[in-house]
Amino acid sequence: MKNFKKLASGALALAMAGSMFAGCSPKTDSGATTAANKGTAASTGKVLNIWCWNDEFATRMLLVDGYTPTNKDKPLEGGKIGEVTVKFTQVANTDNAYQDTLDKALDKQATAAADDKIDLFLVEADYALKYVDTNYTVDVTQFVSKDDIANQYKYTQEIMTDSNGVLKGLSWQACPGLLFYNREIAKEVLGSDDPATVQTYVSDWSKFQDTAKKMVDKGYLMEPSVNDSYRVYSNNVTKKWVVDKKIQIDDNLKAWAEASKAIYDMGGTKNVDLWGGYSNATDGGCFCVFGPAWLINFCLGYQGNDPTADLGVDDDGNKIVYNTSNVCNKGAWGACVGPQSFYWGGTWMCAASGTDNASEITKIMKSLTCDADTMKKIVTTYDDFVNNQAAMEAMAADTTYSSYVLGGMNPLGLYAEGAKKISLSNLTIYDQGCNETFQTAMEAYFEGKATYDECLEAFYTSIQTKYPGLER
Amino acid sequence: MSNTITKKGDSTKSRLVFAYVVLCFLTVLCLIWFVLLFMSTTQSGSELNVRFQLKIGSSFMTNLKNSINSQNILRGMLNSVIISGSCALLSTYFSTLTAYAIHAYDFRFKGAIFTFILAVMMIPSQVTVLGFVDLLDKLHLTENYTGLIVPSIAAPVTFYYIKQYMESALPLSLVEAARIDGSGEIRTFNSIVLPLMKPAIAVQAIFAFVGQWNNFFVPSQVIIERRDLKTVALLIADLRSMDFKNFDLGQVNMTIFLSIFPTVLIYLILSKHIVGGLALGSVKG
Amino acid sequence: MAQNSSTTSPKKKGAVSYNKWGYIFLIPFFVTYIIFNLVPLFSTIYYSFFKYYREGLNWIGPEFIGFDNYVKLFSDSRIFDYGINTLIMWVIGFVPQILVSLLLASWFSDTRFKLKGARFFKTVIYLPNLIMAAAFAMLFYSLFNAKGAITQLVQSWGWVDSNFDFFKPVWSARILVGLMNFLMWFGNTTILLMAGIMGIDVSLYEAAEVDGANSKQRFWQITMPLLKPIFVYVFVTSLIGGIQMFDVPAILTQYKGTPFAGGKFTTMTLIMYLRQTLTSRDYGTSGALSVILFFITAVLSLLVYRVMYSKKSREA
Repeated sequence: MKNFKKLASGALALAMAGSMFAGCSPKTDSGATTAANKGTAASTGKVLNIWCWNDEFATRMLLVDGYTPTNKDKPLEGGKIGEVTVKFTQVANTDNAYQDTLDKALDKQATAAADDKIDLFLVEADYALKYVDTNYTVDVTQFVSKDDIANQYKYTQEIMTDSNGVLKGLSWQACPGLLFYNREIAKEVLGSDDPATVQTYVSDWSKFQDTAKKMVDKGYLMEPSVNDSYRVYSNNVTKKWVVDKKIQIDDNLKAWAEASKAIYDMGGTKNVDLWGGYSNATDGGCFCVFGPAWLINFCLGYQGNDPTADLGVDDDGNKIVYNTSNVCNKGAWGACVGPQSFYWGGTWMCAASGTDNASEITKIMKSLTCDADTMKKIVTTYDDFVNNQAAMEAMAADTTYSSYVLGGMNPLGLYAEGAKKISLSNLTIYDQGCNETFQTAMEAYFEGKATYDECLEAFYTSIQTKYPGLER
Repeated sequence: MSNTITKKGDSTKSRLVFAYVVLCFLTVLCLIWFVLLFMSTTQSGSELNVRFQLKIGSSFMTNLKNSINSQNILRGMLNSVIISGSCALLSTYFSTLTAYAIHAYDFRFKGAIFTFILAVMMIPSQVTVLGFVDLLDKLHLTENYTGLIVPSIAAPVTFYYIKQYMESALPLSLVEAARIDGSGEIRTFNSIVLPLMKPAIAVQAIFAFVGQWNNFFVPSQVIIERRDLKTVALLIADLRSMDFKNFDLGQVNMTIFLSIFPTVLIYLILSKHIVGGLALGSVKG
Repeated sequence: MAQNSSTTSPKKKGAVSYNKWGYIFLIPFFVTYIIFNLVPLFSTIYYSFFKYYREGLNWIGPEFIGFDNYVKLFSDSRIFDYGINTLIMWVIGFVPQILVSLLLASWFSDTRFKLKGARFFKTVIYLPNLIMAAAFAMLFYSLFNAKGAITQLVQSWGWVDSNFDFFKPVWSARILVGLMNFLMWFGNTTILLMAGIMGIDVSLYEAAEVDGANSKQRFWQITMPLLKPIFVYVFVTSLIGGIQMFDVPAILTQYKGTPFAGGKFTTMTLIMYLRQTLTSRDYGTSGALSVILFFITAVLSLLVYRVMYSKKSREA
């Protein structure tokens, strides 16, 4: 009897102690840097673990020399570089899920087995800063030389440079945005599909509204969703989202909400969710779309210019059917600068400290971010715009290059112009949560179910749940 | 007199008609979703995007293939079977053992322990999930099934049902007789008690299996990065937040169908025992 | 338990040495319970008194702040809003559930009411209870979303206009959640009530019949009063289940708790709120919210326990 009592009380004490310890464990300050981490990576690993949130990078990997995918139709299944297995871990981006999961995994990086350690992870502009000034990332100039990356757009390096001047990540793309317009609609409603002429109809926000009215009168949508112009406004802010833990709402964000509400109310757009809206544009019922180069391949469903081509099979093993009504496939988009220049997104590769695959990382980084030939191939294959100023400016002047999707125009000059203007100085580590939550919170305002101020309240409560340390 | 009888008969008859009408309506209400689901699984994603039709289409096999290929649903089902099966085994075996301890032996604090188990029966797992995941984190057991399987050894609800059944089905004289025959306590439990408890164990095993198969909240906090470890319920939740461009409705419906199908099948085969077994312990206390 | 102790007489020699096996057989349960339930419970309580969350890649805290997390939770209207949402959606499901279940239970258990196919109906109505709530919710989402099968059907019949979306108006979103809860639980409740009705002494009905009571009178004057404890049991257990409502609204609204109306997320439940604090890794707030939910369920459980206990003592 006594024994049992002892056992029981002992167990209880153990339980208590366990929980006390649990709280006191030295989990704190895991990531704060004190000094730059130059940590030189070894090349002994058998598995290259790459973390990403969609298949974009995995498809770009297909262009890396020496990489053999297991199944090129399913790039996320990984493959091999020589003897080393390439493994992708994909976690959806929405609702900070990717960053949160990545952070959790990085917490365990130090104790993980060599083949489970993260070697390379991708980050987006909206939260890239979070990883720059930490010991979780290593100096990438050990993989590529300063000369190798001399042609990259400076802004892509500035954002990834930590407080000690160490470069912590590289990108293969630059993401200046343009306004893509549907040429057929432009001809019908505005009388011309010439980029310079169309630009005069959308050169500032009030003209943009007038043009929206014209589109509605002819039965077209102006933009795919109310969120379409969000990045154009949010890039042209004067305040950061958060300063000294205090949330700030830039006037330009309210301007976006009101302008989009006006367009929504006049019938110029019918979607309040960003991703769901693009089908309106691909179907040809919508006049314009704001986006960076990657939008064409990623959201507008471009399938190439040959209707008879064998498009292979999709994720499910079905033969892909060429969609002749897709505006991209008809080569019927045009591009102009639009009311304001902007950028959207951008993906950087960071090498995680603790990686043991230096030679594979070198191979990937060199090929995707330094090698002009591979990079040009990204442009010609995916209509993307890459992070190589010299190559892009040369291609911009090259009259033999034209984009089929954009009706035979060469948009690289416009992109290159925009890329020069990109400044990431207003970024914070909170941007993904703030941008996403702000757009979601405004849905009810567009639908007329709540006032702007009520939605702003909802934004504040949601964002403070997401980032408990922030104040109003 | 005869008048009242006819009247009574009439009223019973009309009540019966009313009952059938209500029951048929409820049957439709319960089953219509599954009929619609089945119809959807036979129509292709592009057909469904245009318009759902009240018909059986011809894309069932295509959708099945797609769902298996791109959702990796078979792997998810296997994962779910592994977890649910282990949980069913562990929870019924150890619940029976615990019930037996309380039922067959006499010791101090027995009443208190029984009361304790009853008292904690209703505590939902959600309210301790913070500490639970934190613990698993510290033990390096996240992205791992240990934390989903082992805790089922302590299943107060299963214990309670089995204990109820044991009271009526296990005469202690049998245990005494075994002891006289020289059987050890563990052997007695395994070779005499367990077989006698089979009916209750079977019912509880089914419930434990189905409960775990359907479990979503706790697994969603434990298995996050390893797609290959995800259970069917987690894959279903992923569907909802899938990239818009991959949203193939035919495939979505097929995945739902496959996640529901096994439980429905088990249920239809064993429904007699389940519906009967339900009332067994539930209100008897 | 009284009868158990009489069968194994403590005076019998050797009985004591057997009884140590009682403790041994309890070890697996209690070790597991302590590790995976009590330790987490205590650490959850512990965290609720600390400021402790993730900021970027760093951790803030843990810093002891007493009841501040609780004060913060209650000074914000969300916990009340979400509690009310949870309650509303539970009531939408529970009221029809108890009414329908009572009706069915009285039919199924009335032996003179010769209902054919009772087993079939019982099997069917219990079926939704075994369906994975997440999958069922996903199914409802796929049927009721703006392009879903049912939306298209009711649109083509002209019942609603062509851009109607079930998930936009507050009432329809909540009713969908309530409907699913009703479907999943009314079969279960029916069976519980049936068992309760069958437990009522038949002689009471016979006596009533001799006294000339009709079926209505028998139902209202015998069945209902005697079923009271079971009603309380069903009510409270269902309420406890209701407080845990998560899978259905979470999957339907992709964790967002939309539609947002009148400054509130109208389908956000308490556990969805808990999930938000868990995913943002705010241990303090999450702990405090867990403790509050723990206390609510504990009080309700106590009620169940009392009902069961008083019933037992009455039967004895």
